[in-house]
Amino acid sequence: MVPRVARVRRRTREIADVSTLTLEMEDGRPFRYEPGQFNMMTAFDVGEVAISISGDPDRAEDGLVHTIREVGIVSGAVARLTTGEAVGIRGPYGRGWPVDVARGSDVVIMAGGLGLAPLRPLIYAVLNARKDFGKVVLLYGARNPAEILYRAELEQWRRRLDVDIQVTVDTARDDWYGSVGVVTTLVPRATFDARNTIAYVCGPEIMMRFAAAALRDKGIQDESMYLSMERNMKCGIGLCGHCQMGPVFVCRDGPVFRNDHLRPLMSVKEL
Amino acid sequence: MEGLERIVREHPFFSGMKEEQTAILAGCAKNVRFEAGQYLFHEGEPADQLYLLRSGRVALQISSPERAVTIQTVGESEIVGASWLVAPYRWGLDAKALELTRAISLDAACLRGKCEDDHGLGYELMKRFMPILHQRLQAARLQILDVYDIRK
Repeated sequence: MVPRVARVRRRTREIADVSTLTLEMEDGRPFRYEPGQFNMMTAFDVGEVAISISGDPDRAEDGLVHTIREVGIVSGAVARLTTGEAVGIRGPYGRGWPVDVARGSDVVIMAGGLGLAPLRPLIYAVLNARKDFGKVVLLYGARNPAEILYRAELEQWRRRLDVDIQVTVDTARDDWYGSVGVVTTLVPRATFDARNTIAYVCGPEIMMRFAAAALRDKGIQDESMYLSMERNMKCGIGLCGHCQMGPVFVCRDGPVFRNDHLRPLMSVKEL
Repeated sequence: MEGLERIVREHPFFSGMKEEQTAILAGCAKNVRFEAGQYLFHEGEPADQLYLLRSGRVALQISSPERAVTIQTVGESEIVGASWLVAPYRWGLDAKALELTRAISLDAACLRGKCEDDHGLGYELMKRFMPILHQRLQAARLQILDVYDIRK
């Protein structure tokens, strides 16, 4: 429960209110984690906040990477840390994306908005072992062109010939020549073998519900879909109950859930 | 004409339709192409065509004097235009080709006439239209929710 101290090696402004911090552990030991896990980050004298890890899990020695949106006092204080400043890290916590279940299958990764950040370690893991997977499809939706996260990296991935990257925005002005329409509209256009596909979805809860429905319409079973939930996590280890969702604690039993387990919970109002 | 009939028959929108029905529809069809930046139609104009896209991309837009907002883009194998189905048959949007776009254009009055003459054909056409309209309605609802707006 005692945080390790890390220092900011680099801070990158991604989009208007979103920054990525690359951190170096003060004790010199690399920070190991699984794709989809999160950390409790402490802005000293301000507070603690749960943030998913968004770096390459196979390159832990390059630093611990978090992408943070400034939504509140604590996340704002963390996101605005500058080079050399200290931050507390507790974790890694939670159950992440199961990568091994997709070996030998097609992979569909579907992200909305900042939901791309928790999925990025999974994307790295899949690309690092590309030959172990069938088709790899990334469907990403953002609010508008200015809010596309990791744009340079998306363009870099798109140049690869072994990944199908499709990006869409909800609305755009006349000067945007990319796709416009909600992310679910990309599903019917994508090609993959639905009977042999594992899907990973992350984004706002409503987007995930519609995304899961679109993937089901395309033939993917709930048992082959994994969604990452966001709840108000405080302790990170299933003690405080802030993130309780019916019978599960999102911090301990998730944040990633298989959709046949999650779907009945998502349909309960005010849960 | 035989080539056009084959193109109509092979377009995904008509997938599974009887050959004699696609042959009738081909009687309303012609090949068209639009250069990048060219408009297929403008809001308020008579909705006199249905476009089956063969290649390229089209932006559906609503324009104000200051700017045009793209509501949706559609591409290869998709369709453009539903207003020809609903009286008074006026386009509710602008449609602009974002790149060189090739399409089959079906004359709306001809289509409506064929459907009046043959309700079975009309029903087959509606079965293909309704899922698309439903999907676009759902997408529009999701768009209205603006789910990525963190202030909500």
